[in-house]
Amino acid sequence: MKITLSHLTKKFPARGRKGKAAAEVVAVNDFTFEIPDGSLVGLLGPSGCGKSTTLNLICGLQKPTEGQIFFGEEDVTTLSPQQRGVGMVFQNYALYPHLNVEQNIRFPLENLKGAEKLSKEEMRSRVEEAASLVQLDGLLERKPAELSGGQQQRVAIARALVKLPRVLLLDEPLSNLDARLRLQTREEIRRIQKKTGITTLFVTHDQDEAMSISDLIVVMQEGVVQQIGKPQEVYDDPANLFVAKFLGTPPINLFTGTVKDGALYIGEETVLQVKGVPDQPVQVGIRPEGFLVSETGTFTCALSRPEVLGRDISILASHPCSVNPNVRAIVDAESCEHLSGDTVRFLLKSQKVLLFEQTTGSRIPFESGR
Amino acid sequence: MENKSIKGWLYLLPALLFLGAFMIYPLIDVFIYSFEEGYNSASQTFYDIGGYNYSYVLHDAYFLQALKNTFILVVITVPLSTGLALLISVALSSIKPLRELFQTIYFLPYVTNTLAVGLVFMILFKKTPYSDGLVNLLIHCFGGSSVDFIDGPYWAKMFVLCFYTVWVVMPFKILILTSALAGVNPVYYQAASVDGTRRFRMFYKITLPMISPMLFYLVITGFIGAFKAYSDAVALFGTNLNAAGMNTIVGYVYDMLYRDSGGYPSYASAAAIILFVIVLTITCINLLVSKKHVHYQ
Repeated sequence: MKITLSHLTKKFPARGRKGKAAAEVVAVNDFTFEIPDGSLVGLLGPSGCGKSTTLNLICGLQKPTEGQIFFGEEDVTTLSPQQRGVGMVFQNYALYPHLNVEQNIRFPLENLKGAEKLSKEEMRSRVEEAASLVQLDGLLERKPAELSGGQQQRVAIARALVKLPRVLLLDEPLSNLDARLRLQTREEIRRIQKKTGITTLFVTHDQDEAMSISDLIVVMQEGVVQQIGKPQEVYDDPANLFVAKFLGTPPINLFTGTVKDGALYIGEETVLQVKGVPDQPVQVGIRPEGFLVSETGTFTCALSRPEVLGRDISILASHPCSVNPNVRAIVDAESCEHLSGDTVRFLLKSQKVLLFEQTTGSRIPFESGR
Repeated sequence: MENKSIKGWLYLLPALLFLGAFMIYPLIDVFIYSFEEGYNSASQTFYDIGGYNYSYVLHDAYFLQALKNTFILVVITVPLSTGLALLISVALSSIKPLRELFQTIYFLPYVTNTLAVGLVFMILFKKTPYSDGLVNLLIHCFGGSSVDFIDGPYWAKMFVLCFYTVWVVMPFKILILTSALAGVNPVYYQAASVDGTRRFRMFYKITLPMISPMLFYLVITGFIGAFKAYSDAVALFGTNLNAAGMNTIVGYVYDMLYRDSGGYPSYASAAAIILFVIVLTITCINLLVSKKHVHYQ
């Protein structure tokens, strides 16, 4: 099912005592987007950016202030959640504690009425089907309190899938799990989504989560969509400083620099040729993997210490023009053998260097040439 | 190890002493009195030991009347007050404006003195040479003939007693239930509404099981409280309850202890033990039923 959001806006009324002027909160601002059929989309942003509100709008738990939502060609903006046919997995799973796993999964089926009403046998087979899809066989008699976090999560997914929804929505599906389970579960979500082919939208503040399993990611900030695209594209080609900073672990290194006569200066050094950029002060973002240690390098930093990560080495350094106290470069272990002294010299990979406008933070494209 | 358990018992000692002196000993004493025939508290003497006290009490018309009254009161008021309290709490928790005002109003009867409330009920229901009472005025408005609720027919008096009891016990139940309802995580309702659950089913399948421990607590204490009813009846019908035919079991025990020059402690003890057995039985039945229907988390 293709989902189309058209100028979706949600405003919350101002909270405050009478007479006190308080601006209304715009949680989602003019969101227009088409989610392709059968894709897995990650809504990504810091907390309070409006991603959960967007999910609730699509779910139907909240009504948009303006704009429309289409499932396929059907306008569902005014429909209630059950009329939309959505399955939702809540952040804390919202499993009914007094019902066992089977009763929890069966709960949505028992709500069906009229022509959709199912017989006992049909319900049983649907529940078993959903349970085996999420690999819960043998746990059907347990109460939610007797399950691990990961198992509860799977029950919640099974309960959302059992009524064969047109759209599956997951609100921070992994945030309540420990690190190891998180890796496992995100693969699980990917597998279930590919197997069922249901268009799926999930919300997360963890960029690793979003990047690793999504077909598309949507980066939001303060209710405004910053960028939509495939994870790799958004990472390599961020639209602005916010997106560049938000994606990537370790985070991007930021410097203040200037462009003069087609060359990029950080401090006194010319670090890169940038063609087609007018002379101006800029913010320079360099991905940690954009550094090459070289004797002939043009970018000199004060070496703090190398951190051995096994496969790679992370070099911690500092530079007077750096926005953050530390500059972090990730380089091959071999290239660090001749690392000594107080300074380290780098060559920069031009495709890993990003320029942003000093004030607005929007991206400045450039052609590299040397 | 040995040392530690001695220490533990020492800590328990004050509580055990008080409980022993003021609860366990009287209980045993009452049990013994109930088998001592013709016990006289002044001379501390009795004629014989046996079951005569029980047989007397169980054949006493006043006791049977009190038993009947108490059972009717329990059977009517406990389900009615709990059900009404649930209804009002659900209504209260689904409105936003004026909720606190309503909560305060509903809680007022709880902090009002029983006898003051009894007086108000007199004004509502009592027939005097000057007035028929407010309720009778209303009945006249709808074309009925006036009823004497205080000195009139049995069903009218029982109606007033039940009405009064429900009205008095409800505030506490509403207080407990509104806080229980507020304790249910709203995400369950969201999840249920995404799944297209109808309101009644949501209430029946989610709300009720979630608040069932509190509901159960109210039913148990409600049963026990109603079985021990006495002061309410006094407030409405005066101290001579036997004459009014509105006595309760506790009222009967009280009368036996203090009425008629020194009273009959043996009969009172027997009646008290009978009441104890009844309450114990009902509570055990409650506990058994609750195993299946109450969900502790």
